[in-house]
Amino acid sequence: MEPQVVIARRIARELKSGMLVNLGIGIPTLVANYLPAGMHVFFQSENGLIGTGAPPEEGLAHPTLTDAGGRPVTALPGASTFDSAMSFGLIRGGHVDLTVLGGLQVDQQGRLANWMIPGKMVPGMGGAMDLVTGARRVIVAMQHTAKGKPKIMKTCTLPFTSMRPVELVVTELAVIAFRDGRGTLLETAPGVSVGDVLAATDAELTVPAKVPEMSL
Amino acid sequence: MQTVALEQSVAMIPDGASLMIGGFMAVGTPERVIDEMVRQNRRDLTVIANDTATPGRGIGKLIGARLVRKAIVSHIGLNPETQRQMMAGETEVELVPQGTLVERIRAGGHGLGGILTPTGIGTVVEEGKRRIEIDGRSYLLETALRADFALVQAFLADYLGNLSYALTARNFNPVMAMAGATVIASADNVVPVGVISPDHVVTPAPLVDYLVTNA
Repeated sequence: MEPQVVIARRIARELKSGMLVNLGIGIPTLVANYLPAGMHVFFQSENGLIGTGAPPEEGLAHPTLTDAGGRPVTALPGASTFDSAMSFGLIRGGHVDLTVLGGLQVDQQGRLANWMIPGKMVPGMGGAMDLVTGARRVIVAMQHTAKGKPKIMKTCTLPFTSMRPVELVVTELAVIAFRDGRGTLLETAPGVSVGDVLAATDAELTVPAKVPEMSL
Repeated sequence: MQTVALEQSVAMIPDGASLMIGGFMAVGTPERVIDEMVRQNRRDLTVIANDTATPGRGIGKLIGARLVRKAIVSHIGLNPETQRQMMAGETEVELVPQGTLVERIRAGGHGLGGILTPTGIGTVVEEGKRRIEIDGRSYLLETALRADFALVQAFLADYLGNLSYALTARNFNPVMAMAGATVIASADNVVPVGVISPDHVVTPAPLVDYLVTNA
């Protein structure tokens, strides 16, 4: 299974019917593909839509129905649209139950850096700072390492997105929960040992006596 | 509200003006007005908008024609040319978290001096700003934004200037229509008064100074 698919499938299990969920660009977007049949989740696009559906069939795209990346989407029955002030009121005001975002680095306390690489990549934070600050629960979906280097580090070298720690980090190797300023290894991916995870992680983690395998 | 031809709508915007421009990745951006600004070569602009779209679309056209002196935006990641101009020091770019940006604009249009937000606390966004504690929680004081002109795009405009918007093309438009000293609206469809029922008017007519006429 592709790393992105492992991550997206595992995170899909965190969603529940009735939740208002904001998915970021990249791996987070894939999460919507792995919802159990019959589950009804409200997906928000921060450009002003609740009820975001899959991309439309060829020839059915509408120029004014897009996601936050400007790509055509559909609107599911029961969808609603609103302006950007309300969209970010939903986000900052704690009305979004869960956001799933990509990550560049996460530090030992669970603080996320995902919006810039000084001198190299300065795309702007867009809605990321508001999402991490305001969503009720934040899950980071990212590969465990970049070019062989750990992305879960004692100290981030990149600028933080928010000082609010994320709740969960899901990678192709592990599920790590952050609470009270420390990460705990909750699950390992199929075929991955605790030692494999620790070898690919710079931050110190609490490792329980028994670490179950990720259920996908 | 006065109707105005496209050419005249842009002729009233001087070089060096500050502009709020609606749209999100060029969805809901007044594309005809942008094209005319490029044609008339309006320059040294300060643009307040969500993003700079992509090269060749929406605000990306202003960036490409090098008409923007300063951009106050939340995201430039999908426009490599904006990033290049910023890195080269050719265009000043102020990056603002999206929720903060829209609230600063809202504050400007609603007669407020600014807003208090937890977004950005402890990050580079906090630099140079006042931190205020309320009930044990920290907030940043973010000041209001106004502009000389707001350029908004509606789905429907009636003959009086009432506006309604379509789907995700609404985004920053109604908020900016409150915060521009002069509001220039264009619309996908111009319709008789009454077609937009009172409950569905999002931007009331008195806010709109000029409606750009159809080609």
